[in-house]
Amino acid sequence: MFDRLIRLFVWSAAVCAGVAAPAHAEGRLDSLQHVEEVVVTGRLVRREIIPVQELAGEELHRLGAHNVADALRYFSGVQIKDYGGVGGLKTVNIRSMGTNHVGVFYDGIELGNAQNGTVDLGRFSLDNMEAVTLYNGQKSAVFQPAKDFGSSGSIYLQTRTPHFDEGETHHLRATFRTGSFGVVNPALLWEQRLSERVSGSFSGEYLRSSGRYRFTYRMQEGYDTTAVRRNGDLDAVRVEGGLFGRVEQGYWRAKAYFYHSNRGYPGAVVRNKFSHEDRQWDTNFFTQGSFKKDFRPWYSLLVQGKYAYDYLHYLSDPSLDESTMYTDNRYRQQEIYLTAANRFVPFPWWELSLSADWQYNRLDADLRDFVYPRRQTMLAAAATALRFDRVELQASLLGTWVHDLTRGEVMSDKRKLTPAVFLTWRPFGEEEGFNLRAFYKRIFRMPTLNDLYYTFIGNVHLEPEFTTQYDVGATYARTFRHTWLRRLELQADVYYNEVENKIVATPTSNFFRWTMVNLGQVEIRGLDVAVQTDWLVGRDLTLAARLNYTYQRAQDFTDPSSEFYGGQIPYIPWHSGSAALNAVWRRWELSYSFLYTGERYSSSANIPYNYQLPWYTSDLSLARSWRLGRGGLKTTLEVNNLLDQQYEVVACYPMPGINFKFIVQYEF
Amino acid sequence: MRTAIWRGRLAGGMILLLLAGGCRKEIPMIRSEADYVTMPTSPERIEGFFLVNEGNMGSNKCTIDHFDARTGGYCRNIYPERNPGVVKELGDVGNDIGIHGDRLYVVVNCSNLVEVMDVHTAEHIGSLSIPNCRYIVFDGDRAYVSSYAGPVQIDPEARPGKVVEIDLDRLAITREVVVGYQPEEMVITGGRLYVANSGGYRYPNYDRTVSVVDLATFEVVNTIDVAINLHRMELDRFGRIYVSSRGDYYGTGSDIYVIDSKSEQVIGRLGIAASEMCLDDDRLYTISTEWSYTTQSNEISYAVYDTAEERILSRSFITDGTDERITLPYGLAVNPETKEIYVCDATNYVTPGYLYCFTPEGRFKWRVRTGDIPAHIAFSEEPFY
Repeated sequence: MFDRLIRLFVWSAAVCAGVAAPAHAEGRLDSLQHVEEVVVTGRLVRREIIPVQELAGEELHRLGAHNVADALRYFSGVQIKDYGGVGGLKTVNIRSMGTNHVGVFYDGIELGNAQNGTVDLGRFSLDNMEAVTLYNGQKSAVFQPAKDFGSSGSIYLQTRTPHFDEGETHHLRATFRTGSFGVVNPALLWEQRLSERVSGSFSGEYLRSSGRYRFTYRMQEGYDTTAVRRNGDLDAVRVEGGLFGRVEQGYWRAKAYFYHSNRGYPGAVVRNKFSHEDRQWDTNFFTQGSFKKDFRPWYSLLVQGKYAYDYLHYLSDPSLDESTMYTDNRYRQQEIYLTAANRFVPFPWWELSLSADWQYNRLDADLRDFVYPRRQTMLAAAATALRFDRVELQASLLGTWVHDLTRGEVMSDKRKLTPAVFLTWRPFGEEEGFNLRAFYKRIFRMPTLNDLYYTFIGNVHLEPEFTTQYDVGATYARTFRHTWLRRLELQADVYYNEVENKIVATPTSNFFRWTMVNLGQVEIRGLDVAVQTDWLVGRDLTLAARLNYTYQRAQDFTDPSSEFYGGQIPYIPWHSGSAALNAVWRRWELSYSFLYTGERYSSSANIPYNYQLPWYTSDLSLARSWRLGRGGLKTTLEVNNLLDQQYEVVACYPMPGINFKFIVQYEF
Repeated sequence: MRTAIWRGRLAGGMILLLLAGGCRKEIPMIRSEADYVTMPTSPERIEGFFLVNEGNMGSNKCTIDHFDARTGGYCRNIYPERNPGVVKELGDVGNDIGIHGDRLYVVVNCSNLVEVMDVHTAEHIGSLSIPNCRYIVFDGDRAYVSSYAGPVQIDPEARPGKVVEIDLDRLAITREVVVGYQPEEMVITGGRLYVANSGGYRYPNYDRTVSVVDLATFEVVNTIDVAINLHRMELDRFGRIYVSSRGDYYGTGSDIYVIDSKSEQVIGRLGIAASEMCLDDDRLYTISTEWSYTTQSNEISYAVYDTAEERILSRSFITDGTDERITLPYGLAVNPETKEIYVCDATNYVTPGYLYCFTPEGRFKWRVRTGDIPAHIAFSEEPFY
């Protein structure tokens, strides 16, 4: 939506504050990822046809967020499930359609998890992140791989791209974070110009945390108990390297990513069992490459490829916790992905795109009677964009073909065709900054390999789970020259979503035996509002305020005979919102952020027993920067959950109270 | 100057927000809820019953409900308000309930404890920590609890279960005996305890034995080979033990086997699939639930077997078609006085279930909402206040 301006603003603010930023504003905007979308013109506000929210640059790093999941809490229409602590699982749900419907893209290519279809966003560091962008529906570009059309909502994680000014050959950024939960987190970013057209970057990070924190349960007229959260420890290392090259009218890039972690499972806090002993080891590796070139003014090509390997080892050892069953399982996933996208521009106002993707997934596990599933997915998309003075239209059609192979029973081949249409209208012309927009999208998610083939639980007769989205919204953006208020942006969307054939676990003959079925039916009616303002007071004080509000009625319409038919689905609050305020004065920077999640229920039976209290946290951070030699030094102190509120996002998973973080960063 | 004002306003705003944030409520007390489900009666012996709702694993939602036959009132979730000082209420996943003397016992599986309460008030008396405890039986001043958590062996997958003896007066563990894999229900007769071993953690190498424990020496004196994945146990007045085999959910189906406790031999099988079993006088009531991938639903049957005449009396003890309304029968009990039949419906496991009451003839009498996953019932001869 407004990211370009935000970044400009943020950047200029940073310059005011004397931070030695690595590149000038135009350079940072000119990241390779955004070359296509951000056509540099005199216009400041990006006209987006699709509802989009973005946190980028300094703004992203001011939020006191530990990871990508923490940052996403500041977007409207998003619910994060957080099991607590630095190492606890964090998943995101866009507009209540379910975690499996969210596509997460890392530097332009989707992070897959064919096994269970969800990505733990708590694992992705913000250290080298340049922007986190959330699109409802799909990214507002027609020139993209077929897969980018394939989710109900998408999150794009864009890491930093090197850019060098005249005479610069390298950049270095060294960061050290420490604080509560025994966090030790050194990180290093190195960017090197290799030749006129090629540059490289290296980013490495180590994170260690004891995961310990105090929590309290205080019942009205009842017990009041305080304990320390255990087994939430984390030991993780991330290493990432990339090469970035420019060619005539295009670019190429290649990157490799490695992550390894060893973590405890904190588990549910229940009576007489406040801690657990099970552990998990993960190794994730991927390497990916892209090439894009405008061969003719009317023809462009984008080619991308990826190989990914994910290893998970889970251990529950009764010699450590005698109440548990011995479990020692290893899962190995591999993915190969190739895509080619072609763009044709017959007229300046008409763009056409054709793309085709091929993907191969395999899952191996040392489970008994495991069927070793392999999946081939072919995707083809045709998309078009029409741009007129006051009206823009985008339409896309995605074809998906999925073929599985196993050593046992197998799902029948699936072939689906799904459309999306996006429309925007500027009734008063461009200068007024007022846009109306609407979209319709129908898409599905495939049953995951666990849904289909997990020993005992899997059900090969599953059908894909469909979502249908209808959205109508408006945006308004104005910039002002001579007032304190320099910029005002508003966006509001109302929407209606349906989830059909929802894949849910259902019990069979007994508690030991569940299976997956296409049973659920959910309807979601919602409103997302976002307001952003930038202020300049005098010459030195800049202020930014960001407000988000979400209303959602997400009802379970699965079983008409049920007493709880139409109940709000678990953990979706009716009201939620956030506020982020930031003030920069000379070399000082003060940020305050507030998150609110209203009352909700832990079950679609909306009865008092399942009631969950609202929670709200305040985070405060203060930073000061200094010039030091060629570069700059910045120190930050963060106080999170300032009021020490004791709360749970998920029942029986207590969250941390007040906690602190101290950051030192040196950059040149 | 202007900046100073602005900073002042900003600080003021923040203080307001801080104040607002400080007023969060405490977690509200969970109150019981009462429904009047039937006409008051004047029972001679059975004053009512307690029902345990298991609750899903990790949700800490094990609850108990009480039905009072004198008032016809059904009271949901009686424990928290009567025990506000007990941290995290009743616990995680109830698995069994029993009444002995004037005490009420609930086995809370994932909280690894046996909760001991006053049967008249459901007030906490004490609790005993037993890892992965499953079922409870009583004999005089002792109780016996089966547990999956026997000693850890060199091969961690071959970890046997145990039976724990409790001195009820002192509420202390006195003796333990190692039995088969993942032991479930037990019966006691002739100074011996019989425990059904499932081996449920060891799929596909299920256990297939009943361990026989001599209560005097507290040692396993015999092991009877029966069938795979044993679960429920009932003892009839002829000294015959009925033990259900869950099968393997694939090729091998469920069945009920009969053991003669005198000879300790398997003397037959009933040809009835059973996930639930309940003996009242000479009638063995059973419910069988088996998942069918063809219809994508559970196939359910309600059979009654006469242990004296040794024949199946009925394949459907619900006679008025109400069984159509029951999604997932999960618990079964028969009132020893009125002979009314109670069937728990766990519905989808994630929302509250229902308890159905049928007349002895199998006609629908009343229905009431329970907690999540209603499962186990204990009839009480004591009044409840």
